[in-house]
Amino acid sequence: MNIYVLVKRTFDTEEKIVVTGGVIQEDGAEFIINPYDEYAIEEAIQVRDAQGGEVTVVTIGGEDAEKQLRTALAMGADKAVLINTEDDLDELDQFSAAYILAEYLKDKDADLILGGNVAIDGGSGQVGPRVAELLGMNYVTTITKLEIDGKTAKIVRDVEGDSEVLEAELPLLVTAQQGLNEPRYPSLPGIMKAKKKPLETLELDDLDIDEDDVEVKTTTVEIYLPPQKAAGRVLEGDLSDQVKELVNLLHSEAKVV
Amino acid sequence: MSKKVLVLGEVREGSLRNVSFEAIAAAKKVSGNGEVVGVLIGDAVANLAGELIKYGADRVVTVEHPHLKQYTSDGFSQAFMAVADQEQPEAIVFGHTALGKDLSPKLASKLQSGLVSDVTDIEGADASALFIRPIYSGKAFEKVQVKEGLVFVTVRPNNIAPLAKDESRTGDISSISVDITNLRTIIKEVVRKSTEGVDLSEAKVVVAGGRGVKSEEGFEPLKELANVLGGAIGASRGACDADYCDYSLQIGQTGKVVTPDLYIAAGISGAIQHLAGMSNSKVIVAINKDPEASIFKVADYGIVGDLFEVIPMLTEEFKKLLVNA
Ligand SMILES: Cc1cc2nc3c(=O)[nH]c(=O)nc-3n(C[C@H](O)[C@H](O)[C@H](O)COP(=O)(O)OP(=O)(O)OC[C@H]3O[C@@H](n4cnc5c(N)ncnc54)[C@H](O)[C@@H]3O)c2cc1C
Ligand SMILES: Cc1cc2nc3c(=O)[nH]c(=O)nc-3n(C[C@H](O)[C@H](O)[C@H](O)COP(=O)(O)OP(=O)(O)OC[C@H]3O[C@@H](n4cnc5c(N)ncnc54)[C@H](O)[C@@H]3O)c2cc1C
Repeated sequence: MNIYVLVKRTFDTEEKIVVTGGVIQEDGAEFIINPYDEYAIEEAIQVRDAQGGEVTVVTIGGEDAEKQLRTALAMGADKAVLINTEDDLDELDQFSAAYILAEYLKDKDADLILGGNVAIDGGSGQVGPRVAELLGMNYVTTITKLEIDGKTAKIVRDVEGDSEVLEAELPLLVTAQQGLNEPRYPSLPGIMKAKKKPLETLELDDLDIDEDDVEVKTTTVEIYLPPQKAAGRVLEGDLSDQVKELVNLLHSEAKVV
Repeated sequence: MSKKVLVLGEVREGSLRNVSFEAIAAAKKVSGNGEVVGVLIGDAVANLAGELIKYGADRVVTVEHPHLKQYTSDGFSQAFMAVADQEQPEAIVFGHTALGKDLSPKLASKLQSGLVSDVTDIEGADASALFIRPIYSGKAFEKVQVKEGLVFVTVRPNNIAPLAKDESRTGDISSISVDITNLRTIIKEVVRKSTEGVDLSEAKVVVAGGRGVKSEEGFEPLKELANVLGGAIGASRGACDADYCDYSLQIGQTGKVVTPDLYIAAGISGAIQHLAGMSNSKVIVAINKDPEASIFKVADYGIVGDLFEVIPMLTEEFKKLLVNA
């Protein structure tokens, strides 16, 4: 099986976001593999171990993203590809990100492509389905279970809390939802091995992509923090009085009940 | 310049979802003084067309086919593309629901357009419209402009107010027949797990439990409270990891992001990843026995106490209030 995983480098979930001069400050911030992509990597490794084949992790990003690719290799992926757009592009949107990934993937004969259902920074959830469509490939989003049986994938997907049980033929792109698996931590031998695994860096030229082809369709004109909430009120007194007061406040002051 | 805008009316269990009315309100804004065309896709949905019009659509186009009884990206994209080919819209608005999230990127890709997902507000109209959306799971916001081509957005439930229903509005209702073929995904079964039909992302009230709930049974008092308030149950990852509830209930940076009118957090400490998923709720109530818990920093109202004491008392008190109302 020829398996590809789309991986994005994101801010650590512990990080507070600081905006200076309209830009999100990255200095000193910790970065991780997008948590949903970790599920995708774990699932890819499990499918490979059961079915044979190879797992390649792919990211678009700058040089810094090599660290997350090495982590994926240490988890057990076989190869990594960094599509470095730092020198070529100032802006990237979901249209352009998907275009670049699809151009890379189009001649790879992938049987299975996995991604996260959403990146916790950009948060659009577009890239997976867009890539599938560009490749003419079927896709299933927010999966919580994957079983490969020959050419058929038996899948459970989360649909707003309900579960859909479905089947689709390979080749297929799926996006991971929480609950799919328990991602492993890289082991020490895994980390040692990862250093020797192939990590290829490509630029747009290597993919025959013209900058005009990936001109963004949408652009961010402003970034800001949500208004700070004023400190709330912790109620006092006898518990039953507090409860009465709370109900009263929600009804008369906040008017939400 | 006014725009023609297509809005997908999303049907669940025979009714239109509220987010579709919110999408119409968004479409009105985007359209300037243009036309808002509702689109209904399903096996028997034409009966709902009138309701879309009462909520502000100027007319409705329906696509009905037995293969559209259940949502599949292949089936619905064929149906929607047929409408788009006929109507040549300048803008499209969907709800940012499971269906909207699954379908819109495929269509945007087919239409070679941008797509602004999960929009919570719109500033201005027409070409200069700015779409506001949360990034970093609500830790920040961005304003996005569409530079080129079709304006395609999905709107987050519960954020853009629907227009008042106008019973006197009428409009044209037409249908397109489309041959729906080559569905590559076969749905075998749908297992319903969500509470009493109130969807977490659309619920006006969410009662969420954390590790403090202590067991699966510990969620029972929360469920009673949610029932009384017509709300949905949510959870922290702490509660999900401990197997007190299903991961589909998880709220936070790696779970669902919700913005109800009222969010009641019981036995949740308020970790940054949890706050990312709920801190933009209109009113937050925290119930926690630890007065130092971070959840109190974002709560509008807090009660320091044992949730197993407080929640049943709250349920009783709300019952009294709602009986009198
Ligand atoms: C305010 C802001 C400014 C930005 N500025 C820049 C910039 O200047 N330069 C730049 O390069 N990017 C920039 N980005 C990021 C870029 O817009 C997004 O990475 C890209 O469009 C993906 O969108 P998303 O984050 O919504 O991913 P989603 O569609 O939510 O991601 C879903 C899944 O797709 C896959 N995926 C997503 N992104 C990638 C990727 N990069 N590589 C591999 N797989 C991926 C992953 O599997 C992920 O789980 C910016 C993002 C924001 C929010
Ligand atoms: C990558 C990553 C992603 C994450 N994503 C999410 C996410 O999406 N959502 C999320 O929620 N978390 C997420 N987390 C986990 C998060 O960091 C916290 O661990 C988690 O939110 C804690 O859950 P909790 O508040 O239920 O548990 P705890 O932190 O253990 O808090 C339990 C609280 O219950 C109170 N309590 C106990 N008994 C009672 C009682 N009888 N009455 C009243 N109060 C009581 C305690 O005082 C305490 O404050 C993520 C973590 C990581 C690393």
